[in-house]
Amino acid sequence: MNAVSKQHLIDPEICIRCNTCEATCPIGAITHDANNYVVDASICNFCMDCVSPCPTGSIDNWFVVNQPFSLEDQFSWLELPPKPAEIATSTDALDDEAAALLDDAHKTVGHVPAPASAAKPRINLFNRANPAVAKVTGNLRLTAEHTETDVRHIILDFGTVAFPVLEGQSIGVVPPGLATNGTPHAMRLYSIASPRDGERPNTNNLSLTVKRVENGIASNWLCDLKLGETVQVIGPFGATFLMPDDQDADILMICTGTGAAPFRGFTERRRRTAPHARGKLHLYFGARTPEELPYFGPLQRLPKTLLTQELVYSRLPGAQKEYVQDRMRAKGPEIAALLQSETLHVYMCGLKGLETGAEAAFTDIAAAHGMDWAGLRERLRSTGRYHVETY
Amino acid sequence: MPDGMNINYDGLIPNNVDLNADLRVRKALETWHPGYIDWWKDMGPEGFQESLVYLRTAIGVDPKGWAKFDYVKMPEYKWGILLAPAVEGRTIPFGKHKGEPAWQEVPGEYRAMLRRLITVQGDTEPASVEQQRHLGATAPSLYDLRNLFQVNVEEGRHLWAMVYLLHKYFGNDGREEAEELLARRSGHKDTPRMLGAFNEATPDWLSFFMFTFFTDRDGKMQLEALAQSGFDPLSRTCRFMLTEEAHHMFVGDSGVQRVVERTVEAMKAAGITDPNDIAAVRALGVIDLPTIQKKMNLHFSLTLDLFGNEISTNAANAFNAGIKGRYREDKLEDDHSLIDATYPVLRYVDGKFVEEPVPALSALNLRLRNDYVQDCNSGVTRWNRVIEKAGYDFRLALPHVAFNRAIGEFSSIHTDIAGNVLSDAEWQARKGEFLPDDADAQYITSLMVPVTENGKYAGWIAAPKVGIDNKPGDFEYVQIVQ
Repeated sequence: MNAVSKQHLIDPEICIRCNTCEATCPIGAITHDANNYVVDASICNFCMDCVSPCPTGSIDNWFVVNQPFSLEDQFSWLELPPKPAEIATSTDALDDEAAALLDDAHKTVGHVPAPASAAKPRINLFNRANPAVAKVTGNLRLTAEHTETDVRHIILDFGTVAFPVLEGQSIGVVPPGLATNGTPHAMRLYSIASPRDGERPNTNNLSLTVKRVENGIASNWLCDLKLGETVQVIGPFGATFLMPDDQDADILMICTGTGAAPFRGFTERRRRTAPHARGKLHLYFGARTPEELPYFGPLQRLPKTLLTQELVYSRLPGAQKEYVQDRMRAKGPEIAALLQSETLHVYMCGLKGLETGAEAAFTDIAAAHGMDWAGLRERLRSTGRYHVETY
Repeated sequence: MPDGMNINYDGLIPNNVDLNADLRVRKALETWHPGYIDWWKDMGPEGFQESLVYLRTAIGVDPKGWAKFDYVKMPEYKWGILLAPAVEGRTIPFGKHKGEPAWQEVPGEYRAMLRRLITVQGDTEPASVEQQRHLGATAPSLYDLRNLFQVNVEEGRHLWAMVYLLHKYFGNDGREEAEELLARRSGHKDTPRMLGAFNEATPDWLSFFMFTFFTDRDGKMQLEALAQSGFDPLSRTCRFMLTEEAHHMFVGDSGVQRVVERTVEAMKAAGITDPNDIAAVRALGVIDLPTIQKKMNLHFSLTLDLFGNEISTNAANAFNAGIKGRYREDKLEDDHSLIDATYPVLRYVDGKFVEEPVPALSALNLRLRNDYVQDCNSGVTRWNRVIEKAGYDFRLALPHVAFNRAIGEFSSIHTDIAGNVLSDAEWQARKGEFLPDDADAQYITSLMVPVTENGKYAGWIAAPKVGIDNKPGDFEYVQIVQ
């Protein structure tokens, strides 16, 4: 447990006392008096069942507190108390294990708000004790057979269970069996590679991009899954690394390897909903060779008007090694123009090293065009337009 | 997976009632569907059928994923048939059949009564869409426009819910009733809707907020009472409808609150200390508190009539039969049969108001109405908090239940809003003090200028504290295509 705890609160100024939350709560954590509807911190388990049916949004308040507010405190309120200043703890997950993983993935940029126009994510709907069960309906190798990189596209179908996700969110899985110390395995997070409405529109499934790692317990288990097998899924998680729901938004996506997963979701979402949007997508994607670049084939079929692609290879036979940051520098004027746009959103996903290289490239490009990268980065970051998820 | 959690999205009509296995009903609904779409295009929101509206669509009955938000053209909205999950082993919770297994089919002896109740409930749903169809032209913001349309499409879905019950359980009679539901028109001289308040005009947005606060709340109370029904399909239908109905309460509740907020804010900024200085307040382009009070008086009194006669044999029969219960029957602690119980009824006898005990079974309409009044009061209390916070000692209040009534115990008398009885002459002379008059209507109408810029609001209403689906302030809730 954290030393401080998260507390679920209802905003009495906005609540209309419709009783929907109290009727919905499966464990009786919500009650009311003549004044207010309140949540008992000692009972609420963050199952989130009450959040979506609330018509007002008053239900959706989460404070990080040293000492939870009592029911008496809450009954007496005419408005919420001031939110404690220290909310740097991740709001991406209400699950300590998932929160720690996401905090680590985001730690170089700290707490970044979600893009202003992003749809509202649902998080923590399923936990270890109560996971969603999904069936494997697809598992295909994305990389050429003769290469040593085995990256898989795995489709999980939720049948009739509602598992609402947004592009950029992650799910948690726990490999079956026990670790060597006899306790259950740790949770792993994987970015969702499909858009919110599924692999095809209106299918209740999602996909993952998983790379087989030598001796990796989770990755080998996932990559070996057969069609029809079931997987217990936790989450969804992630409330910040989300796609702007704004057709004017330009999105610069920088990734390596399986870091492409969320950007496949972003691209497909834009393609389905606004293929002729004013804002454009820009992808800088690094791999060793085309044969080892996940989704190489499908990428070739996307129109330039939707997505500009810079596919960069570090092991192309007969060519000089090229990394993502090299291509960024080569495209300096184009990136500089994007950096001057108020609608630009920057996303990075991949190995930790990617960020170092890309940061250096941004610094140089900005300087060459009379901009201060540190200040610009901070402005992007604080307005929810600069997101990094690395591991 | 509990029964009824499976949503089928294939085909024309999303549903969790296994429509594919019931060819007769599916065919009947598919035959009814074109008429419904025609009705929607004729009588639904005028001028916005091509616009993309950021709407909530119910996609399931599990609270975790029951609805999703996306841009939709209203005629393409997915009007599905969704019932709350069946409760295994549910028994009839009240009346003379209390404790027997809940009915999955219509009991022959109650067929006419049930059909009538379902038809009346069904008739109110399209009626309010018709009443509100011109409001889009004067919406104070895209946010409000979207909320109006959300209410409209969900009333449409509620019509579907009732029509499904009619087709599924009432054979030819049901089919005829379903056709009639599309044929009647709110306010029409020859073929009006069944209940009075649903034939009144909704001429402006304050009326709309008052209507959703007061009249939709009657709908909520009726649904709560029907959700208790021993006829299980009706109970499950109404339980799910209540989840959506909460949004309608919210639109009215927060709508009036935002009007009040803007008014006191403008008064304060202008240094006005007397809330009753109507001319000074109106000069600011906001709606003065006394006029808001008058609107409340009107809509509250019209809505009370919807509860019917205080003393009613029909209500007693419906309860005794196990068809229609009380508000939150499941939370009440008594014998749930009410054979020997009495309930105090306020009546006007020999020139004064007296409370008389009458058999509780006969007083069920009044009991539901009393629960309703209490529910209304909680909203009024919140509005008053806004006024109090701004430092004014003006308070809004519900008028006396005898005020301006056309049905029930008080239909033959006139009173002021405090319940003092007035002669006909006094009423004629003074009713403009209590109810909006032509000048009030003209003033409010003069404020009804549409605002269609993202994140902007008309001058007479405050912005909401949070957006729908947590959207930011300048979100484009409606992409208008004329």
